[in-house]
Amino acid sequence: MAKKICSTVFLCLMVLAIYLPILILAVYSFTDSANIGTIHGFSVQNYITLFTKPELTQMISGTLLLAAGASVLATILGTLGAVGVFYAGKPGKLLIGSLNQVPVVNADVVTGFSVCILMIGVLGVDKSTFIPLVVGHVVLSAPFVYLAVVPKLKQMDNSLYEAAMDLGASPAAALRKVVIPQIMPGILSGFMLAFTLSLDDYFITSYTKPATFDTISTYVVNATKGSQTDIKTALWALSTIIFVVVVLAVILMNVVDDRNMKKAGAEDEKKKKM
Amino acid sequence: MNKWYFSRRQLCIPYGLFLVCFVAAPLIVIIYYAFTNGQGRFSIENLSDFFTSPNTIGTLAYSFGVAVVTTCVSLLLAYPIAYILARSKMKHKTAVLLVFIMPMWINFTLRITALKEILTMLEGNLSYYPFLNTVIGMTYDFLPFMILPIYTTLLKLDNSLLEAACDLGADTLRTFVKVTLPLSVPGIISGIVMVFLPSMTNYVVLDMLYNSTYIMGSLIGAYFAAYDWHNGSMIALILLLIILIFTLFTNRYADEENGREVHLSGKENM
Repeated sequence: MAKKICSTVFLCLMVLAIYLPILILAVYSFTDSANIGTIHGFSVQNYITLFTKPELTQMISGTLLLAAGASVLATILGTLGAVGVFYAGKPGKLLIGSLNQVPVVNADVVTGFSVCILMIGVLGVDKSTFIPLVVGHVVLSAPFVYLAVVPKLKQMDNSLYEAAMDLGASPAAALRKVVIPQIMPGILSGFMLAFTLSLDDYFITSYTKPATFDTISTYVVNATKGSQTDIKTALWALSTIIFVVVVLAVILMNVVDDRNMKKAGAEDEKKKKM
Repeated sequence: MNKWYFSRRQLCIPYGLFLVCFVAAPLIVIIYYAFTNGQGRFSIENLSDFFTSPNTIGTLAYSFGVAVVTTCVSLLLAYPIAYILARSKMKHKTAVLLVFIMPMWINFTLRITALKEILTMLEGNLSYYPFLNTVIGMTYDFLPFMILPIYTTLLKLDNSLLEAACDLGADTLRTFVKVTLPLSVPGIISGIVMVFLPSMTNYVVLDMLYNSTYIMGSLIGAYFAAYDWHNGSMIALILLLIILIFTLFTNRYADEENGREVHLSGKENM
């Protein structure tokens, strides 16, 4: 019993340590105070600044747009790669499989730096074209899509594909109608992964971005060096909004998962009865 | 044979080309730059500079220090969390686990900003304890990456082994040391890989917490800002070698599913 209380207390303390900074910032984002510790009046000025100051709104929409674009590209490339490699011979498997590991284990600084040198130093691509930035983000996230899809391919029932072919489907149609639906969960979780990786990235962005473009990460790092307090406190508001969005997304995911699980359970029951 | 037919394996061509162009080629470019000088001639000056300058060697040592301490602290905090969660009979333990790993979906620069405000309030001035603040910041950032792999391995632990140890007369502590701990080594190794390398290179955490000492990542940043791509490439190459040695060494112990893919997908393994 004492052990149980101890472990519960420990878990609670850890949760507190993890969330206290974020929550305190959330509370202070609703005041007109520029420093933590002093209590001031209630105010939503930070939220107004966040959504009206052009440099802030541009930075947020730019981050989202980049993450969406890069993760769609990464999902297409990574999924095609995983499906192709699944049916390919040994050399292809080895080549793509090992190259795929490189960005996964590599430090982001090194990935960003090397992509930048290749694109700007060797190929002479201008950073303002956004090409180095998008390529960098796809390099970072496509390998994770690949890794998310591969296990689903291994679990797939191969005889369904054969059956589709026997019944006269073309290989492309069989792929589209039989293979893709079976690996869809992997593709989706790969996409989510790519999206969050791209949102969170600082290093690759800072080495490949055009000078006038900022994502949330690079903007926040620059803002901590500056002395504009209205921007500093507006970022508290941004942090609070992101926190709320993440909490809602996690709850939503759990609800959907629960429902799917119940559905799957019911279907299993049915099969047993049959 | 007909002229051209669709084959499933051809689907891997675009991704293969992409990897060769943007993963393999940059590595070759880095090696080329690391071993040439400003005039484009072959030179090992960059390499000898790194190992003879007290500054760069000091940076290497400091990054190792930060990384070792951060990894140990994360492990000491993460293991009990993972252990309690994995062994508990709670109904909603995956939900509780999510509470611990959810921070990693919040942008890390914003999380460090929050931490910075709290530390400033507690310490008055951040420059009093730069090393301590760095370790706190890194641990705060990377803790979920340590919890997840350990949790996954502990969850797979075969309960009958523990019962057997118990039946054969081992007490709780002995069972833990002789059975649970050895069996969770793959998870621990994955966690260490996940935390050690980023804490050698993530110089943004130091920057944001006003620690002006360099770690390996800051060197790349500084050379990059000074357009010194040759020395920057040498640092990148040295980091790559450290990563390579690390991966080779840990591959023997690690689980099939290696760190980063597991933890980021999160939901997958619960």
